[in-house]
Amino acid sequence: MADATLEHNAVGHGIPGAYEAPLFGAYSKKVGMWLFLASDSLTFGALLVAFSYNRISNPAWPTPFAVESITNASIMTACLLSSSLTMVLAVFAAQRKDRAWTRNWLLATMAFGTAFIVLHGREWTHLIHEGMTPFTNPWAPSVPQFGGTFFTLTGMHMLHVTIGVIYLGVIALRKKFLPILAALWIAGYFLIPTDSVFHYGIHVLGIGLIVATVILFLKPKDYDAHDVEVSGLYWHFVDLVWMFIFPLVYLMSTKIV
Amino acid sequence: MHDVAIHDDSKGQYFWVWGALLALTAVEVWLGYRQIFQPVHMLEVLLGLSVVKSALIIAYFMHLKFEIALMRWLLVCSVVACFIIMYFFFFPDAGRILRLGVH
Repeated sequence: MADATLEHNAVGHGIPGAYEAPLFGAYSKKVGMWLFLASDSLTFGALLVAFSYNRISNPAWPTPFAVESITNASIMTACLLSSSLTMVLAVFAAQRKDRAWTRNWLLATMAFGTAFIVLHGREWTHLIHEGMTPFTNPWAPSVPQFGGTFFTLTGMHMLHVTIGVIYLGVIALRKKFLPILAALWIAGYFLIPTDSVFHYGIHVLGIGLIVATVILFLKPKDYDAHDVEVSGLYWHFVDLVWMFIFPLVYLMSTKIV
Repeated sequence: MHDVAIHDDSKGQYFWVWGALLALTAVEVWLGYRQIFQPVHMLEVLLGLSVVKSALIIAYFMHLKFEIALMRWLLVCSVVACFIIMYFFFFPDAGRILRLGVH
């Protein structure tokens, strides 16, 4: 069955032996990530379609997002788009085996992602202080589902961004990232006021810390260009989802004075 | 056969794509404030612009443009098929509810 296999040089692994040609012309980690992203896109697709259905079929849908909210959301969009650019540059650096610049561009991507989370957290806090809950809102009492749909959609996305930042931190810094994550978790718990939803939401970092610790100690490895590229796919997906959430949630509910 | 999607293009095109994405975002914000269209049509226009932005991200940033045709077509066709099914099942019904005046 020699015609069904390739010599190892052809696939460039540098490992002796013959391999079957990969079906999609890509290594298995990349195919696996694409499959995961396809499934996650269906999750977000269902949430977005449900939101859009509610939005169109309800003429009393509230429009509470004033200039400050739209400006904040636009800056968040710019942060995510810039983070995608820095992620591409990190992949390029990893391909030319430049470890320093791979780390630097990954850290820049994490910085933009963290800025996005902080700005989004401020937006949530502002809306909650105005009286918005998952079950009620002060602008249109006849549309109780506004809060639930908003918090579900944006919360799910914020969770993905947070997981993405932790993922990139593991790739960029490996075990050195664990004490940084632990410090952020503990500092967040003690510094965020107890009446804020993020006082409890910060525990996502604790869960991330446990998972990252298990992965880094159970399978320690030197992350290479493949790993950076696969993490980049996840990060771009997170950006891609926001390209739908921003116009549907924010721009469709702009307060026009 | 390549493993990492290596290609001969320069980094410059990624900056152009980034600029185009920012410009499309600015257009969306402008449309949102102008409220040129009714909500149903505004949603369709904004969704259309979002699809263009997503295509740029998937093709360039996620490098799908440089993968082999089988992977490209399989991924794109399956996701597009799912969204078309969702769109044609739910959106006409949302418009019907709007016309019925049911709240």
